[in-house]
Amino acid sequence: MSAAYTPQPLTQQTLHPEDEGPFPDLAQTQPRHKTAALTLVSRATQIKERGLLLLFFACAIVAVLGVVLIFAFVAYQASGVFPNIGFLKFITGTKWSVAHSQFGVVPFIVGSVVVTIGALAIGAPLAIMTALFLSEVAGPRARAVIRPAVELLAGIPSVVYGFFGVTVVAPLVARLFGGAGFGPLTAWIVLSIMIVPTIAMLSEDALDSIPMGIREASFAMGATQWQTIYKVVLPAAKIGIIDAVILGMGRAIGETMAVLMIVGNAPQMFAGLTKPIATLTSQIVLGMSYAADDFRTALFGMAALLFLISMCLVLIVRLLSRTGKEG
Amino acid sequence: MRDMFSEDRERLKELGPGAMDKTARNEAKRARLLKERLANNTALAVLWVAAGITVAALILIILYVVINGAPMISPKFIFTWPHGVSAKGGIWPTIISTLYVTGLAMLIATPVAVLAAVYLAEYAKQGRIVTVIRFAADSLASVPSIVMGLFGLAFFVEAFHLPMSMLSAALALSLLMLPIIMRATEEAIRAVPRYIRWGSYGLGATQWQTVSRVVLPWAMPRIITGLVLAMGRAIGETAVVFYTMGMAINMPLTPLESGRSMAVHLYLLAVDGINLKAAYGTALMLMLMIFLLNMFARYIQRRYRKVR
Repeated sequence: MSAAYTPQPLTQQTLHPEDEGPFPDLAQTQPRHKTAALTLVSRATQIKERGLLLLFFACAIVAVLGVVLIFAFVAYQASGVFPNIGFLKFITGTKWSVAHSQFGVVPFIVGSVVVTIGALAIGAPLAIMTALFLSEVAGPRARAVIRPAVELLAGIPSVVYGFFGVTVVAPLVARLFGGAGFGPLTAWIVLSIMIVPTIAMLSEDALDSIPMGIREASFAMGATQWQTIYKVVLPAAKIGIIDAVILGMGRAIGETMAVLMIVGNAPQMFAGLTKPIATLTSQIVLGMSYAADDFRTALFGMAALLFLISMCLVLIVRLLSRTGKEG
Repeated sequence: MRDMFSEDRERLKELGPGAMDKTARNEAKRARLLKERLANNTALAVLWVAAGITVAALILIILYVVINGAPMISPKFIFTWPHGVSAKGGIWPTIISTLYVTGLAMLIATPVAVLAAVYLAEYAKQGRIVTVIRFAADSLASVPSIVMGLFGLAFFVEAFHLPMSMLSAALALSLLMLPIIMRATEEAIRAVPRYIRWGSYGLGATQWQTVSRVVLPWAMPRIITGLVLAMGRAIGETAVVFYTMGMAINMPLTPLESGRSMAVHLYLLAVDGINLKAAYGTALMLMLMIFLLNMFARYIQRRYRKVR
């Protein structure tokens, strides 16, 4: 995400009652008149400003609190995995059967990975090429049509995609490849359309933030447009684009409703592109309505797993963009 | 890029020292240029096709929903209640529930998110705390919606004993909207020119006066755009609402009543497959709402860009 904006230094805007004021340069060149500055505003105003600062800080902490609470509560509900199911059995078990109290999540992890990788393999190149087109090739008129279209694509709710998958893509896949039409292939097609706008919009931000000058330098050396894109623009925007793809991956792994509607929902190992499977997300929704005891614990364990995966992806993006800034 | 002429040079080396005449050089150059032009045109054509596919996918989905859903849209469909197992009739209570819960979530999320962004952009010194807050906001934005739904169920409904209701759903949804509004507001505040703040400080305004009367009004159009987009996200959200609001068809009056949102209604209709017509109609209404919100955001942005 950090490719989308560049934080500016904020030192000149900070003003605390006992601080140096909005003009630190001035404050540094002259002796500080702390007490004199303080008397300019009344005591009541000072207290009010102080209180407001605390209020703002509290609001900012809500985000941190939210994340901590989400993880704490989901993990707490899932903590029964350790004594009741056994962590190893849970994470490496390949059998999922509620009737036999077997809660191995490997089929769902494999399902999520298969669905995500397939969607990325189709969606990411399409999205990056769309971003390249928007940023490098398109004239203002084509841009004015395609960019809002991509944004609109991002706004369509996932149930609608799922609905589209059920009524259009699944019958099509069934006719072309046999089977019921519900399975990884259908999920790939629908999910790849879903993640295109995410990746395309973030990649375009990354491409747009590259200074025009290096493109001009490349053209001035006689490079064609494609050479400029391939050898100058893409390497320069590399980290931003990788960020975009990782965030698109997060979207695909966490996608629930659309996947639930088209993936077939059979708790079994991936066996073929048209054989129904289940993912972490879809299995949670399916089971949650009647789950109790160990079953419920296992579902929360899967949710905790999903949370950790998405956190890891965000962390990778953070670290990448940090190394990108230094390098 | 540095080795653009390496092929030429190698060709000349192959031809030997006697071949350094103009014709050989020109020939090599022309062949190279031809190859480059071909590669260039092919690549650009591929980019055109990719963008075309993206737009085609959008048009396909929209056309499909519009063509199938449009015959359903009528005052009767919008303003009457669904009845029977196959949900014949209208979707009025689901529309109200959706708007209700989104509005409530908005009321909860907006002040917190805007003030948090004010802190990040105006007050905080860049340091570890700000890094942690940003990381938390990014993480919150990427929490899968099903995890958010389970959290809402375990936290608001079970731990706090709130009923499956508008309030529980709105609280869970506001967590979802928080990072979106925060980011939009922070970017909006950062885009406010610095000299405007200096002018305000120069007149003797305190920091809060400067923020509330100068910075925020200036940043307002972009903040509203962020709010509207976050609303669009909340309206289409299914998994979160499913576990915190329930799926009983109900016309909510107080925030403690349950209801069924349009997205959940669409999901149930599509999965059961009993009344696909109503599903198309609901999908179209849902998309129409989000489309209108997007248009509204765009309108605000354009209008205020012209003024400044």
